[in-house]
Amino acid sequence: MIQDNEVKELQKKAFEIRKMTIDAIGHLGVGHIGGAMSIVEVLTLLYYKVLKNIDPKNPQKEGRDRVVLSKGHAGPSLYSILADKGYFPTEWLYTLNHGDTHLPSHCDMNRTPGIDMTTGSLGTGASAAIGMTLADTLKGFTDAYTYLIIGDGESQEGQIWEAAMFASMKKLGNLIAFTDYNKQQIDGYTQDIMSIDDLNSKWTGFGWHVQRVDGHDFRLLDRAIKNAQEIKERPSMIILDTIKSKGFCYGEGIVGNHNMSFDKAKAEEAIKILTQCQGE
Amino acid sequence: MTIDKVLEIADMRAVYTQALVDAAEKNEKIVLLEADLMSATGTKPFFEKYPERAFNCGVAEGNMVGIAGGLSASGFIPFANTFTAFAARKTYDQFYITCNYALQNVKLVGSDPGITALYNGGTHMSFGDYGLMTTMPQLTVVEPSDRVSMYKLTQQLADMHGNCYLRIHRKGAETFYDASEEFEIGKGKVLRDGTDVTIITAGMVMVKEALKAHEILKESGISAAILDFHTIKPLDEELVLSYAEKTDAIVTFENAQRANGLGSAVASYLAESRPTKVTRLGIDDLFGEVGDLAYLQERYKLRAEDLVESVKKTLNK
Repeated sequence: MIQDNEVKELQKKAFEIRKMTIDAIGHLGVGHIGGAMSIVEVLTLLYYKVLKNIDPKNPQKEGRDRVVLSKGHAGPSLYSILADKGYFPTEWLYTLNHGDTHLPSHCDMNRTPGIDMTTGSLGTGASAAIGMTLADTLKGFTDAYTYLIIGDGESQEGQIWEAAMFASMKKLGNLIAFTDYNKQQIDGYTQDIMSIDDLNSKWTGFGWHVQRVDGHDFRLLDRAIKNAQEIKERPSMIILDTIKSKGFCYGEGIVGNHNMSFDKAKAEEAIKILTQCQGE
Repeated sequence: MTIDKVLEIADMRAVYTQALVDAAEKNEKIVLLEADLMSATGTKPFFEKYPERAFNCGVAEGNMVGIAGGLSASGFIPFANTFTAFAARKTYDQFYITCNYALQNVKLVGSDPGITALYNGGTHMSFGDYGLMTTMPQLTVVEPSDRVSMYKLTQQLADMHGNCYLRIHRKGAETFYDASEEFEIGKGKVLRDGTDVTIITAGMVMVKEALKAHEILKESGISAAILDFHTIKPLDEELVLSYAEKTDAIVTFENAQRANGLGSAVASYLAESRPTKVTRLGIDDLFGEVGDLAYLQERYKLRAEDLVESVKKTLNK
């Protein structure tokens, strides 16, 4: 059971990561703020508590747990974490999407230290995560986990379900996936564009162990991951009920918050409001 | 297996599988993926010998290629097999992003190139795969023509770091090279030397027809060089240039669309480096259809006599 003080620390860290992400996107003036903000808690929990054998000084360390951010457009919040962890200098965050940057909008394993898989074309990360899980089995890294994060809009891709079928058939217990179910995609609400409901039943039907939790609640998230780790013969899906653009006030609750333009002043204002909401 | 034994293998697919089994014996990083075409590609011996390193992904080619990318990111050398049509069309995005853009080491293998899909017909014919694959940045594209080149090039591709598209003939086999012949990826082979015209071709059916054409042309007093470009990309520009200098006339002959294929690459290169008369023989802007090989060769003008006629026209003879 996660301790209260740990939860407080994680909440504080998530707050910092949100500020860094808003700041970085605001510095450029445009970016995929919505889906980056909705996964801050799960990324924070993974990188500051869950992942084993990771080393910022040796990003390619053999036998490490890995993260595949299949919704690669959410890279900016992951970059904030990787910078904070020391994979690369924090100043790099201000180079987001600049020419010749190490930090492109979509995750790139060859450009960014700490990124485990190149993603961006939706659906592709799911299969790649399976390949990594198989590789760990072949290499005898039986304790290594691959954590896969997909989007709800991304779940409309056929490749997700091809991968779902394969992973359960091969009993990939070391594959733990998350759906960032923030209920929104580029053109509107998933419910209106292309409903993915009933998501629980879909994954259960595909043979996965399924849990559904509030994706912004560290206690519930932590317990869900622990539960998933106990399931050895099946891959796990943890559906995260999240809020798109969570913590960036100008994006929360509106349509069109997938990719937003906002300048430094607006970013500063958003950070100020976020700070007030956090009670800091 | 010794190369002498390889020469006794009946089908090109079995030569490919043997090359892979032999390479896997030396290199434990080699893994194999199929998308419900193990029986067609003939890779069952690999599945039997290395069951833990072989994965049948079912009819889900995109997922298969994505998994290959994940395995490669962990240091494995995946060979992923399907028909050329599906390799080029159904897995293009996965192969592009998860393998090529991600700078992996995945070997995508397509069998039944071009018209050799025969009775599977137009839905399974991959006339455009040369074009699709050669436009993928930094991808190596290889099509061996016979048993010796298939066996040796497959093993070289396993040793070479980087993604590749290997286009393989499936049923039946030919031997055009001595067992001792050595090959280098990116370097074409001179199968017959000649002084009047150069025929640049690739793949088993085309090389076989080109060799026939060489003999027919010889009877007409035309000396035709036959170059086997087993590597479509990178193009062996040096060899193209030297034979352009030598014969001053080039005819390309390919089991693929004329647009964006081997002939286009040769013509584009020569247009910029040494303007030379080039005639491109291949499949016009057409879809495939069913038929036996003789019918399809006639239908798409891929016979030795079509090549002879084209050479004579090119030389104004």
